[in-house]
Amino acid sequence: MDPLVQLAAENPLIPPIPELVIGLIAFLIVFGFLAKKLLPNINKVLDERREAIEGGIEKADAAKTEAESVLEQYKAQLAEARHEAARLRQEATEQGTAIIAEMKAEGQRQREEIIAAGHAQIEADRKAAASALRQDVGKLATDLAGKLVGESLEDHARQSRTIDRFLDELDAKAEAAR
Amino acid sequence: MSADPTQVLAFETDCHIFDGCGFPAPGLHSFLFEPLWGDGDSNLYFNKTMLLALLGSVIIVGFFWAAFRNPKVVPGKLQMVAESGYDFIRRGVVYETIGKRDGEKYVPFIVALFFFVWMMNLWSIIPVAQFPVTSIISYPAVLALLVYITWVTLTFKRHGVGGAFKNITGFDKSLGAVAYLAAFIELFSNLLVRPFTHAVRLFANMFAGHTLLLLFTIASWYLLNGIGIAYAGVSFVMVIVMTLFELFIQAVQAYVFVLLACTYIQGALAEHH
Repeated sequence: MDPLVQLAAENPLIPPIPELVIGLIAFLIVFGFLAKKLLPNINKVLDERREAIEGGIEKADAAKTEAESVLEQYKAQLAEARHEAARLRQEATEQGTAIIAEMKAEGQRQREEIIAAGHAQIEADRKAAASALRQDVGKLATDLAGKLVGESLEDHARQSRTIDRFLDELDAKAEAAR
Repeated sequence: MSADPTQVLAFETDCHIFDGCGFPAPGLHSFLFEPLWGDGDSNLYFNKTMLLALLGSVIIVGFFWAAFRNPKVVPGKLQMVAESGYDFIRRGVVYETIGKRDGEKYVPFIVALFFFVWMMNLWSIIPVAQFPVTSIISYPAVLALLVYITWVTLTFKRHGVGGAFKNITGFDKSLGAVAYLAAFIELFSNLLVRPFTHAVRLFANMFAGHTLLLLFTIASWYLLNGIGIAYAGVSFVMVIVMTLFELFIQAVQAYVFVLLACTYIQGALAEHH
C-alpha cells in the first residue's frame, strides 16, 4: 500500500490526493460555468429589470407631475373664471342700479319739466285770458253804458230787455269766438 | 484501528441484537470506500465520493443552466428560485461583508462556493447517495485552499509586502514590546491556523453528522429483534429527527463557510486595523 494512502486511511485529517484533484476539478466546473456564462447572463437581465422598473417609475412620475400641473392650471383658470363672473355680475348690478337711478332722475326731471311747462302754459293762458277779458269787459262796459244811456232808463222792461239782448250778444260772440 | 478499505457497506446486514452479534458501530471505516475503478492501494482510483462530487457539479451547473441560460426580465418559476438563491448570497453575504463596490468582483466565486458546498453537504441525506462529500477532508481542504490563496494574494497586492504583513499581523508599535508577541501570535493564527480551521470546521460538522445518522440507522436495524424492537422504534425516530437536523446543518455550514471566506477577503481589503 502507498504510504500516503495508508496514512489517509488511518487519519481522517490527511487528505487523499486523488480526491483533492477531483474536488478542485468539480469546483472549477461549477465556478467556470457560473462565472463565465450563467451569472453574467442573469446580471444583464437583473440590470434590464431594474432599468425597466426605474423607467416605469420615472414615466409614472412624469405623468403625475404633468397631471398635477394641468390640474393646477385648470384650477387657476376656474378660479379666474369665477372671479371674472363675479366681477361681471357686480358690474352689471352696479350698471343696473346706475341706469335705474338715472332713469328715475330723468323721469323726475321730465315730470318736473312737464309740470313747469303746464304751469307756464296755464299762467300764460290766464294772463292772455285776463288781458283779453279786461279789454272785453272794458269794451262791454262801455257798450253797455252807451246803450243804457241811449235808451230810457225808466222803462224797466226795456232796461231788462236791453240787458238780455246784451247778454245774448255776448253769448253769440262767445259762440262765434269758439 | 478498525478501518478496512475493502468493506463496501457500513455494517453487516444480518447482524441483530440477541443473535450473539456485537453492535457494528460506525467508525472511520464508514468513510472509506472500495474504489469503483483503479487500485485503492495506489493514488490512482475513482470511488463513490469522487462520483458524487462530479455528479454534484453537474447538478449545480444543470440547475443554473436551466434557470439562467435564457433568463427573462419577467422570470419563470425556476429562474425565480435560482435568482433568490443567487441574490441571497450576493446581497446577504458578499455585499454585507465586503461591500458592493469591492465585493462585486468576488460574487461569482462566493456564489459557486456556496452552492458547491451546499450540494456536497446535501448528498448526506439524498437517498442512495447518503454520504456527505465534504466529510472527506480533501474537499473542504481544496476549497479552503482556494479561499486562502485568494485572500493572501489580495493582501499582498493591495498593501505591498510590508503592508501585507502589517495587515495580517496587526502590528502596532504603540503596544511596545508586546507588539512583537502579538504580531507573532496573529501571524501564526491568521496564516496557519485560519485555513486549517476553515476546512476542518466544515469537514468535522459533516463527518459528525454522518456518523450520528449512521449510528441511529445502524441501531434501528441492529435492535430489530425481540424486545429491542421498541428501542429500534425510538432509534428510527431519531434517524428522522437527525435527518431534518442535518438538512439544517448542511445549509448553515455552507453559509458559514462562504461567510468566513468573505470575512477573510474583507480583512485583506481593509486598511490597517
